[in-house]
Amino acid sequence: MENHFDLIVVGAGAAGLTAGIYLSRAKVSTLILNEGAVGGQMVLTHEIANYPGVESISGYQLARNMKTQAQKFGCVIKSNIKITNLDLEGGTKSVEVNNKEVYTAHAIILATGGKSRTLGVPGEDKFKGKGISYCATCDGDFFQDKEIIVVGGGNSALEEAVSLTKYASKVTIIHQFDNFQALEHYVEEAKNNSKINFIMESKIIEFAGDESLKKVRIQNQATQEITEMIVDGVFIFIGYVPNTEKIGGKVALNNYGEIIVDKNMATNIAGIYAAGDSIAKRYRQVTTAVADGTIAALSASEYINNIKKELHLVSTN
Amino acid sequence: MLNTNLTHVLSEQEHAKLLQENENVMICCGRMGPMCIPVYEVMEELEGEYTKVKFVDMEFDTADAKVIRNLPQVRGFQGIPFVIYYKNGKVVKATSSIQNREQVTAILDEKFGK
Repeated sequence: MENHFDLIVVGAGAAGLTAGIYLSRAKVSTLILNEGAVGGQMVLTHEIANYPGVESISGYQLARNMKTQAQKFGCVIKSNIKITNLDLEGGTKSVEVNNKEVYTAHAIILATGGKSRTLGVPGEDKFKGKGISYCATCDGDFFQDKEIIVVGGGNSALEEAVSLTKYASKVTIIHQFDNFQALEHYVEEAKNNSKINFIMESKIIEFAGDESLKKVRIQNQATQEITEMIVDGVFIFIGYVPNTEKIGGKVALNNYGEIIVDKNMATNIAGIYAAGDSIAKRYRQVTTAVADGTIAALSASEYINNIKKELHLVSTN
Repeated sequence: MLNTNLTHVLSEQEHAKLLQENENVMICCGRMGPMCIPVYEVMEELEGEYTKVKFVDMEFDTADAKVIRNLPQVRGFQGIPFVIYYKNGKVVKATSSIQNREQVTAILDEKFGK
């Protein structure tokens, strides 16, 4: 059967590609289905300098290397598809994609990763790329000597706010709480920068402008007072959410929408494993995703071998 | 030069020749960054499917990329990549920042036909 594989990996970030490498090398026929670009969150990183054995590499190049490595072992990768249905129960699992094609397998590894959280307020979609950005290194230079806002209170928000002062004349950090979640040294660095000022306990509730962003409406969370601010650009760094909307109700998730796994990366459903940024864990790094992908691949491989033995598809000698 | 598998447009002259020789052109003007790479990858995949469209890229930070940066259609754009769709040498659509496969194919279908 052309569309049947031993295993399907959903997602082609660091975890999914690692699983693809391990499984294909072990002669487990593997298909990786990926909704976006290969590499996931890894390609969002301009330089990776803490991947053991590699002094410095761009996230894009590391992703490309992993993809090529997996394909050389025979892994089939289909990216930029849209998954329309997942059937995770029973002995044969299936994944349907947007062209109505259905792929089946004995087991599935969910490595769906995460995505940048958006504010979800009026005007956000309209002004994306026209004043609203989610990448300081990509778009910072459009705001030379301009006044901008950074939204968020974590490490990324504070670090990027400081880096954006290279371009902007003024950076206002807007955060919904009265204290920051970022590490102390990021907060100190931002507070010591004369170009940065702070609006705490406040949220942007609307973006407005004409052909590009011109102003925002801000609501104070304590007083509910609404004010307007004229601004040239807004950078949004409010964390990541796991890509598990299509999985909810099928596998067990925690309150944050993250997939619950055991030490073998197994979910609550037999033959369904999960790895990478979509699982419940504390540290999200390329190295931890690679480790998760390895464990999931080895666990799934053992599971598939047992299934095949039951089906007498492999020798039991 | 951008590290993609697309045809690279390296100069203003190449850009002019490209528009002269091709009825339908999609050009992605960007860098090797997180907002641009997914668009290049979508274009690489679509090359085989949309044979009547010429898919190319151009490096944003080159002097000759002014042929894109100075287009009236990109006024107000503040996010890379700048993606321009040309039909018979005329701009029929321009987008700013990251776009996914669905968004790109919707434009290709609308402007160039399926």
